Formats: sequence, C-alpha cells, structure tokens
Amino acid sequence: MNAIEIKNLTKVYQSGAKALNEVNLTIKQGDFFALLGANGAGKSTLINILTGLVSKSSGEAKIFDFDITKDSENSKRMVGLVPQEFNFSVFEKVIDILCTYAGYFGVERKDAEIRAEEILNKLGLWDKHNQPAMTLSGGMKRRLMIARALMHKPQLLILDEPTAGVDIELRHEMWDYLVELNNSGTTILLTTHYLEEAEQLCKNIAILKKGVIVKNGSIKELLQHMDSQTYILTVNNIKNLQDFFGNGVIKCDDNTIEVTIENQINISEFILELNKKNVAVLDIKPKNNRLEQLYLSLLKS
Amino acid sequence: MQNNFQKTGFQANWIAFKTIIRKEVVRFFRIWTQAFLPPVITQTLYFVIFGSFIGSQLSEINGISYMSFIVPGLIMMSVISSSFANVVSSFFSSKFQRFVEELLVSPTPNWVIIAGYVGGGALRGIIVGTIVFIVSVFFTRPTIYNIWLILFFVILTAILFSLGGLINAIFAKKFDDTMIFPTFILTPLTYLGGVFYSIDRLPEFWQKISKLNPILYMVDGFRYGFYGFSDVNIWYSVLILCGFTFVLTIYCHYLLQKGFGMKN
Repeated sequence: MNAIEIKNLTKVYQSGAKALNEVNLTIKQGDFFALLGANGAGKSTLINILTGLVSKSSGEAKIFDFDITKDSENSKRMVGLVPQEFNFSVFEKVIDILCTYAGYFGVERKDAEIRAEEILNKLGLWDKHNQPAMTLSGGMKRRLMIARALMHKPQLLILDEPTAGVDIELRHEMWDYLVELNNSGTTILLTTHYLEEAEQLCKNIAILKKGVIVKNGSIKELLQHMDSQTYILTVNNIKNLQDFFGNGVIKCDDNTIEVTIENQINISEFILELNKKNVAVLDIKPKNNRLEQLYLSLLKS
Repeated sequence: MQNNFQKTGFQANWIAFKTIIRKEVVRFFRIWTQAFLPPVITQTLYFVIFGSFIGSQLSEINGISYMSFIVPGLIMMSVISSSFANVVSSFFSSKFQRFVEELLVSPTPNWVIIAGYVGGGALRGIIVGTIVFIVSVFFTRPTIYNIWLILFFVILTAILFSLGGLINAIFAKKFDDTMIFPTFILTPLTYLGGVFYSIDRLPEFWQKISKLNPILYMVDGFRYGFYGFSDVNIWYSVLILCGFTFVLTIYCHYLLQKGFGMKN
C-alpha cells in the first residue's frame, strides 16, 4: 500500500506565487523518505497541503488511500505532523499539550495520559510533564513536538526540519528514535537541510526545485548516477604534480589537492598515477557528502 | 489500517468537544483575576453608584425600584462582554501562537470547533453572570417571574456573543483588531440597549432608533424573565435572538470551512 500518493498537485497562492507545479509523488508504506530542496522550493507547502493546513489549487493527494479533500477526517487520523516552528501554547503544561492534542484525534483523556507517559519517558521528558512548556529548553521543545505528533499513534509521521537548531548529541538521539519508529512500521516523511541526515536515515528521496520534483528515487540509485565525485587528498611532494593541475585537479595548499574524478574512473587508478610521480597519498576524504554533491549539482543545473 | 486507539464518528467528536471545553475552562480559571474579578468589581460599582446613590433619588419603573430594574441589564452586560472576550482572546491567541494548527491538522470537524469554543465562551459568560447576580442580592432582592425565560435569554445571548467573538478572532490579524469591535460597537450598543433605562421613557424618535439595537431585545427579554414586563414584545426578542444566533453560526462555519485567516 502507498502511504502517500500525489498526482498533479499544484498550489498557487493568492499572491500569484506558484509553490507547487504538477507534483507527482508516491511514498510506500514503511518507507523512510526525505524531501529535499532549497528554502522556498515548496517542501513546506507540500507538507501543509497533506496535513490540511493549506488548501491545494488542483490535483489530488491520498494518504493510505484516503483522499485528503473528500475523506479528510480519515486521512488526518493517519498523520502525525512535526512542524518546523514551535506551535503549542507555551502557558500550558506539557501533559496538557499532549492530552489536548490526542483529544482532538478522538483519544480519551485516560488513554492519552498513559500514552503521554510512555512517549515522554522514551524521549526523556517525563520529569517535565507537569511544567509549563515555556520552561523547556529548545531541544526539549523539539522533543515535545515529536511526542505530540505521536500521541494518536499515527501510521505516517511527517517531520518538517525536525533537527534544525538542535545540538549534535540530541540530533543523534532523535535519529535513533526515528529509526526505531520506522522499524516498528511507521512511515516517515522528512524534510531537512542536513543532507547527511537524509543519507544516513532515508531509503528514498525526492528533490524539489521551484515547485517541481527534479529527482526521485532510492538514494543508492541516485548516487550511482552521479557523473563525478570530488575528493580532498593530502599528499607529499606536491611539486611533482605540476602536470596534473587543471583537468579536474586543483592545488589547495602545499600539501592538499582537490580532485574531481569522473564516475567511470576509479579513484585507485588516480592514486596509482600519483605514485608513479613519486607522490604518496597521506589522507583522502570526499569533499562533500555525496548526497550534498548530487543535490548541489541538481540545484545548479 | 486505522487503530482502535482513536475513536471515530460521534464518539470522536464528543471527545474533541470535551477536550476544547476543558482547555477553555482550564484557561479561564488560570487567568481568573482577569476573567472574573474585573466584571464583578465594575458591576458592583454600578450597583453602588447608579443603584444606591443615584437610583435612590429616582422614581420606580413599572412598580420596581431603580436598583432592581438595572440588575438584569447589568448581568446581561457582564455575560455579553465576558463571552465575547473569552472567545476572541482564546481563539486569536491560538492563531497568533499558531497552536490552532493542532486543531486544523486533526480530524475535528469545524462544527465541533465552533461548539467547543462557543461552549467555553458561553460558560465563562454564564459563570460571570451568576456571580454578578449573587452580588446584586447584597443590594436588592430581584424577583423571578419565569426561570425558563431567564435561562433561555442568558444562555442564547452568551452563545451569540461567543460566536461574535469567534468571528472577530477569525478576522483579526493583530491584537489591536480584537479590541475594535468591543470598544466601538459592542460597548455603545450595550449601554444604549436599555440597561439603565426603559425605552418607554424616551421620545418616540429615540424609541424607534433604540429598537434597531439588537442588544435591547436581549436585555429586555432577560428583564421580562425577572419582572414580567417588557418594552418590546417578548416573542420579537426570542425571534431576534434565535435569528442572530442561527445566522452567526452559519457564518462561522463558512469562515472555518474556507480556512479564512488560517489557511494560505
């Protein structure tokens, strides 16, 4: 079954700005999917349409076969949304925020309280459950938003840049929790600006550019189709490399070069060429995260 | 595919309704110094100044003291302003802090959202009205002619002005916008709605002008429930109150359905 099925989805705002242009996208149940794109590419608009926060102009979208317009009540039941910005009442207690949200989804208060305790314990927030949300730190507020989205046990979790502004330790904890959720059967749709996050967590991605999907598929598959890759090499005897400069090789400093290698050439062949010139490679690393490289090349094209 | 954890249909709507009401009640008890004290203090001052000091020098109206005459109007004034203020501030805050999105992404139908917010506003209005009534007993002994009419007018008026507050909140783009309607329209209409005087005593021209004011019918109908006399036909008052409530309910639903001020 498809968790999300979008056909020819278009959104034109009242200002005339076309945020989405005939978008087609399918996300399978159980997938961990990343939606990437620059600011203003249409990611949030797409998410907001799916969750009922923005009305579509044309096209159709289904969540677990429930049409978001004709059967919005059922489609909304399936989704948990973690929006980009904090959107809870800061004066309310953590437990009340969670139970109120669950109540909107038809969960009885007593069931919601049990569920809240379970999730808050998991996310390390239970000791704050009786405190007003305004007393939480930024990272705690992020976790509260995730907890809230999970209160009604949704089949599909949509996260709009959930780790923006979150410290590295917490980001890794959140990644672990999301992987655990995905392994337990929850489909996850994620937008993020951290491409290593997408590469590490997601099976499939789509890249949005000016409201159009320019790339869509499995990360493995997409990376295989990259034309070239850039590496940073630390070498000795750099003076022996005069003939190499130009043709994809740039001298960065007295010990470092940047090499862009076409996909059909193996990096080891290049290293052998260097060895022939009596140059040893002391260290090698990719210049960018591979997905980042693909992403940038697509945005530039 | 759906889990049993979430109830569906009527049961889900009932839980969502109870949730909104609970949230509203918790909110106005959290801010009880704003919600209950000011109207009680203001109305007490009215009782003291207009009722005791000035009222003692005025003749009776339809056989009752001036103090007793103004009691229903002052209760109604509190009900109107509290119901309106509760919904306009609560719903606008939820828009301003964006936690209205919690409701918009949920399967809660718009009519349940309206019922919840209006129910919360009406509840606050009725609580404030009851407190003002209790305070009035310290100054006079209002009689009760027809309890059902009193309940009908107080409940429906609280609902009507909660609906008004909701519409105001939907249109408001900044906090100042939530004050324009109560300051420039609601307060003058309430003061001119026969709270402090019987329109029978006005010149004919001003009587006709007064009859264009919908709040007159609410105050007058409510007063009829206490003393059994009214300036206008009681059934006109019932009809006008029901009519306005019906029209505003439909209009609120239309605005939410369109996502006015919230979607896009």
